[in-house]
Amino acid sequence: MTDNAIINISDINKTYQVGEQPLHALQNIKLNIKQGEYLSLMGPSGSGKSTLLNMIGLLDRPDTGQYQLQGENTELLTEEQRALLRRKYIGFVFQSFHLIPRLTALENVELPLMLAGVKPKLRREKSSKLLSELGLGNHLGQLPKHLSGGQLQRVGIARALITEPTILLADEPTGNLDQSSGQEVTDILERYNRNGITLLVVTHDLALGNRARRQLNMIDGVIVTDTRLSTIKIKQYEQQGSSQ
Amino acid sequence: MNLADHWLFSYQALARHRLRSAMVLLAIGMGVSSVLLLTSIGEGARLFIEQEFSALGSKMLIVLPGKKETTGSSPPLYGTSPRDLTIEDAQALKNIRTISHVAPIIAGTATVSNQSLSRDIIIIGTNREMFTVRNLSVKQGRMLPKNSETRATPVCILGAKLAEELFKKSSPLGQWLRIGEYKYRVIGLLEQRGESLGLDLRDMAIIPVRSAQMLFNSPALFRILLQLKQTKFETSTIVKINKTIAQRHEGEADITIISQDAMLSSFNKIIVAVTASIGAIAAISLIVAGILIMNVSYISVSQRREEIGLLKSLGASGREVRLIFIISSLVITSFGTLAGLILSYSIVFIIQTNFPSIPLAIPWWSTLAAIFMSFIMALLFSWLPANKAAAVDPILALRG
Repeated sequence: MTDNAIINISDINKTYQVGEQPLHALQNIKLNIKQGEYLSLMGPSGSGKSTLLNMIGLLDRPDTGQYQLQGENTELLTEEQRALLRRKYIGFVFQSFHLIPRLTALENVELPLMLAGVKPKLRREKSSKLLSELGLGNHLGQLPKHLSGGQLQRVGIARALITEPTILLADEPTGNLDQSSGQEVTDILERYNRNGITLLVVTHDLALGNRARRQLNMIDGVIVTDTRLSTIKIKQYEQQGSSQ
Repeated sequence: MNLADHWLFSYQALARHRLRSAMVLLAIGMGVSSVLLLTSIGEGARLFIEQEFSALGSKMLIVLPGKKETTGSSPPLYGTSPRDLTIEDAQALKNIRTISHVAPIIAGTATVSNQSLSRDIIIIGTNREMFTVRNLSVKQGRMLPKNSETRATPVCILGAKLAEELFKKSSPLGQWLRIGEYKYRVIGLLEQRGESLGLDLRDMAIIPVRSAQMLFNSPALFRILLQLKQTKFETSTIVKINKTIAQRHEGEADITIISQDAMLSSFNKIIVAVTASIGAIAAISLIVAGILIMNVSYISVSQRREEIGLLKSLGASGREVRLIFIISSLVITSFGTLAGLILSYSIVFIIQTNFPSIPLAIPWWSTLAAIFMSFIMALLFSWLPANKAAAVDPILALRG
């Protein structure tokens, strides 16, 4: 059943100590994600959405359970090895962008390639091409403080995409944006999903969450619903979306 | 991340936080230049002494009367020979072929007076050859007479300060003055050369060695200065001197011979020790600079927590983050060290050109030590903050 899954999570548990009380952030999570899927992860604050996202992004380690990424067991890997996998397969998009303020838009996008040891000329070409694709061709040399929210998030997306990851993890990608910039960002993410990238969006925003073909709902560290929309329904949503 | 990128990344981080970087730069620069400037004082003193010695001529030997030895059976006593070195002994040394000049010296203090002005100074009794051996020359007037060793001619040569004190503005040449019981005519003035080995040549009178014998009423020489024809003859000449003196002193070579090299090397040892301890004191200022690097790196880690979390999420491992912090402190150290080197070399250059009398020279070893030390400091003191950065939890850091 999990042959073509790129992410294969079974029985993951994670507990945090909050004051006196242990907080069960993830309880026996089981989740398989296939290449090219579009998932949304919704639920109230403190339900464990972000913890799961960080777990999938190899930023956090489960207490118990198994997590296979591209068929590779990750629980026993060293920090170095996990960093390598992260660099290879995973792109993060953050709610508050997390661009480095002293670096220009282009330099921010180049950063993952710099960490991966790509030659300056090549990474410069690649990054400016991607930024141009995202409509920021005229803003390459600008510092983040001179860019609008929507532009900042597009730089953030470019940075996540530059290493050509297989999975894009977006934590409230439109949370800090106004309606139209939010729509822009959503369109970009979905465009890349249609081209084959796996997209997982964590959000409070029902309108955004409902666009995904597979919708997960979490409460108190448990995935309570896992809904796959039929193709027809998706078509309807897409038509609604384009008519807006 | 390759090395060039590390430098670029650190440089961008440092250039952005200008004030903070400038403070650390200043601290390291001051540390490095204090090491260099303090050691340059010690090294300058060493060179000064070396120069003084070489002004004497490196081929010089000094013969002192008496030899420290234990004589008698019991009880053992420290005895010095009752036999004096005499002018005749000095003349006998002239027969040794490897010796080019022999200057017998009698020294003592006496009162020199011209009419109502008088002054207690050192009187040197010698011959013409001392001028060669000690690189002295007469500025005005004549040298000592050739027969200084045989005749007690009543003439003298004065140091510049003494001449001025006794004769004020008028020319002392040809004038008579009184030294002790005798009257002497001034025949020359010494070229001004300042102090030499603790002897103030400006405040001194030189008379023929026979006259000095008469003046102090003693045949004993204070010492004999010798100049060798070549430095390589030193050992063989010392043997010959001992032999000659032994023949003349009833089989006993009761003299002590000092070579200039021996004196120079003992001086050298002292000065090197002094310079090294000055350097050690200066190194403390480097350590202080190192602690500043540590503090600033700590602050930087706290300020850059979010960035560190981001780097980790982008695929940087803890090791890479640690490297980023260590390299950025090495980058600032490089600039600081460079600034310190430029600063101290220019200060020394300015002092050397404007005040040549102040001896200053930066020794090569202190330059190397300062560079080495500052990098060791940077590594040492960035290690802790870098570890702290490497341990930052990316999730917490990104949450803000």
